[in-house]
Amino acid sequence: MIDIVRLHIGELAFNIIIILVKTAIVFGVAMLHVAYATYFERKVIGHMQVRLGPMRVGYHGLLQPIADGLKAFFKEDIIPSGADRPVFVVAPLIAMFATISSLSVIPFFDGFVIADINVGLLYIFAMSSLGAYGIVMAGWASNSKFSFLGGLRSSAQVVSYEIAMGLSLVGVMLMAGSLNLSEIVKAQQGYWHGMFLIPQFIAFFIFTVGMFAETNRAPFDLPEAESELVAGYFVEYSGMRFAFFFLAEYVGMIVMSSISVICFWGGWTLPLFLVNALPFLGEIPGIVIFMLKLYFHIFLFYWVRATLPRYRYDQLMSLGWKVLIPLALVNIVVTSVVKFFL
Amino acid sequence: MKDALRHRELTLNMGPQHPATHGVLRLVLEIDGETVVKCTPYVGYLHRGTEKLCEHRTYLSALPLMDRLDYISSMANDVGYCVAVERLFGIEPPQRAKFIRSMVCEMTRISSHILWLGTHALDIGAMTVFLYAFREREWIMDLFEMLCGARLTVSYPRIGGVRNDVSQEFLDSLYDFCEEFPSRIEEYETLIDQNRIWLQRTKGIGVISAEEAVNWGFTGPTLRGSGVDYDVRKYFPYDAYDQVEFDVPVGKEGDVYARYRCRMEELRQSVRIIKQCIEKLPKGPIMAPDAPKFTLPPKDKVLKDMEAMIHHFVMLTKGPITAPVGEIYSSVEVPKGELGFYIVSDGSGRPYRLRLRSPSFVHVSALPRLCVGSLVADVIANIGTIDVVLGECDR
Amino acid sequence: MTPHSIAEQIRDKFPEDVLEIVEFRSQVAIVIKKERLKEIMSLLHMHSDYSFDYLVDLCGVDYMNKKSPRFEVVYHLFSIKHRHFLRVRVQVDEDNPTVDTVTDIWKGADWHERECFDMYGIRFEGHPDLRRILMPEDWEGHPLRKDYPLKSDLGDLEWKGYRDLIEFSEKARQYEVR
Repeated sequence: MIDIVRLHIGELAFNIIIILVKTAIVFGVAMLHVAYATYFERKVIGHMQVRLGPMRVGYHGLLQPIADGLKAFFKEDIIPSGADRPVFVVAPLIAMFATISSLSVIPFFDGFVIADINVGLLYIFAMSSLGAYGIVMAGWASNSKFSFLGGLRSSAQVVSYEIAMGLSLVGVMLMAGSLNLSEIVKAQQGYWHGMFLIPQFIAFFIFTVGMFAETNRAPFDLPEAESELVAGYFVEYSGMRFAFFFLAEYVGMIVMSSISVICFWGGWTLPLFLVNALPFLGEIPGIVIFMLKLYFHIFLFYWVRATLPRYRYDQLMSLGWKVLIPLALVNIVVTSVVKFFL
Repeated sequence: MKDALRHRELTLNMGPQHPATHGVLRLVLEIDGETVVKCTPYVGYLHRGTEKLCEHRTYLSALPLMDRLDYISSMANDVGYCVAVERLFGIEPPQRAKFIRSMVCEMTRISSHILWLGTHALDIGAMTVFLYAFREREWIMDLFEMLCGARLTVSYPRIGGVRNDVSQEFLDSLYDFCEEFPSRIEEYETLIDQNRIWLQRTKGIGVISAEEAVNWGFTGPTLRGSGVDYDVRKYFPYDAYDQVEFDVPVGKEGDVYARYRCRMEELRQSVRIIKQCIEKLPKGPIMAPDAPKFTLPPKDKVLKDMEAMIHHFVMLTKGPITAPVGEIYSSVEVPKGELGFYIVSDGSGRPYRLRLRSPSFVHVSALPRLCVGSLVADVIANIGTIDVVLGECDR
Repeated sequence: MTPHSIAEQIRDKFPEDVLEIVEFRSQVAIVIKKERLKEIMSLLHMHSDYSFDYLVDLCGVDYMNKKSPRFEVVYHLFSIKHRHFLRVRVQVDEDNPTVDTVTDIWKGADWHERECFDMYGIRFEGHPDLRRILMPEDWEGHPLRKDYPLKSDLGDLEWKGYRDLIEFSEKARQYEVR
């Protein structure tokens, strides 16, 4: 039946419709995940801190994200009087669009990706760099010294840790031989362990640390340290604009976790030896496996936030430049040497 | 080239309302990049005129004002005031009252230190310690409520003794607390003590040498972190502190980490003192019976005995009118440091001059010395380590 | 050395300045005139027999109508090394309420002297930054003096900022949601 539709409207229109449908599905599912990521953060951190988290709105607080969304929607839109109005308005939009558009190249399971481009990984780096613009613009346009400091700190931190992350993924690219994300997942199936985690454990470590720094999450959340700068670069935002920044942060978490799952954990596949040993595992759809790995990563974000104190700013920068980048370079050299001789 | 570009420092106002300044403390920082060049604290936002009010109140009715100085450890302030007035009048409270007062002083020391730990860790980023600490603080608050009906601003110690006796239920519950608490201290320490990030944020920050600390007038754990073992409980013993055994922890390096370790060890010593107080608690009256002109007579006698009623009436309206003429300085070791009372008495029932020497006032004055030259994030660590409560600083 | 013997020695060294030695409940106080305060304090701080390294407290007392001179500045000194405690009371008269500062001897005296100035109006010569500390900067009057009333219906002496605040809140009422 689908072929009949394709014959009728022509190849191009058909492809466009398929892409639009896929986009709608991915966007909707991602937004739902983001909403409930906030809910689960509060619940998980609450239970770690001997308290319960949201309990009142709905059964065990399950309708809390909807309440938060409604509140953000109806709140008064305050713009500080000295603020640079167009920049102030555009900053959250840039932050949000940069991270959401990264979702378009992530393969969630075999064959399902909105845009199967050959430079998927590079595209994601480009988009996350663009996200840094949103932060700088927000910090500057708010006309407040606290947000200015927060914006400066955050942009410097994001830029430094992007380098380390990019270099760590070069090892993965060398082993997979391609920048296409679907190809990277398929390349992992060629190994007995099924994941690049085992040969590339240094790169995994660097990427995980960089993951926390990119998304401004603890222990690298000095730019938005509540006790010092009271939310840093988005301190002057309220209502829907604040919700955009929040969305951008959580979508960034999901995107980074997806990259980690794809590049290091084998994406939607399970290791071959496992599937051979327990054949029923082969029946699980790839999307379920991908989601489980993703949820574990997001849980890691919450766990670290509840446990660790915050790095001071200069310690953070020295960690990024003096420890992670040399380690990443060493990893690249070792990987290339091993690949050359094997 | 640097001279061609004119640049100024950024003036940042950590205003009275700020999550990290523990009350209404205003700091104006001038920063050059991330380094603090100048730091000016402004206090006085919580000034309530306690000293002036006390001059117009009798010695007994000035007692509730003392609660509200350092509202986190209110028992200790009250005990300090009662000890000062007793020394002035020459009253000796009975042994049972002394042991009870030491016991509640140590409970309030534990309560204040775990609140300090929670807020200090929260400022540096470890949020979970804050909630664990408040779990214990709730227990202590419940114990206070069992004892005297109030959780925060108790007015339990009285001139000449305490207000009412302790019940056996209270002592049993307190003993259970002492048994359970050391394992909780270890829980807090597991989270932060050996954590690399914590060590990096606290070691080598806010260093002050012993001579300079004494010259600035530091007292309490802020001073003992630098290696000086001045503790009012050992140097000028009051209440039952000369009848119990305890150590005074002293640090070495004088940085934030040394003071943190001092306070954690003080928690353990306080548990030790409380246990000894419970075991050694003697029987007897809780109010000095041989000082009828200075202390309130017991209520059942007031309703039956004429003389007790007259004393009660005069005490509450005019104060102890047979007070001696003279002056005294007396100090106690509150959790923040040394709280001193200088009372000048002119023979009437009201203090002529009541001066409160608060440790937080002196510590805040030394904030510029600690902060200048370090980074903005260290200012937060320094405010946490000197353990200020603005109620005490501003009176 | 007992505090009493220290007081005697100070009286021997500065016979005209020490007015009396008071002892009450085993605490010794020396009452001195304010002219050679700096020398006496330096001696107490530096001399190895005394070595009062810790300035516990510095405050003012107002003896209006009880005795003259009107004010006294009271210093409490303690020596951690030798464990002796001493009180030094300096008499300050009303017409010229100035005293030498001791901030170059003990740095901790800084804010205590500012508070004494704020509350009593006693000026400290040589203080690096003498301004009000607990009261607002534009306050008039010195609250802890005995002729400063306690209650707030002061009439002319009322703080102007309070009246401004009341006016402002009246104007802000127009934004209230009824």
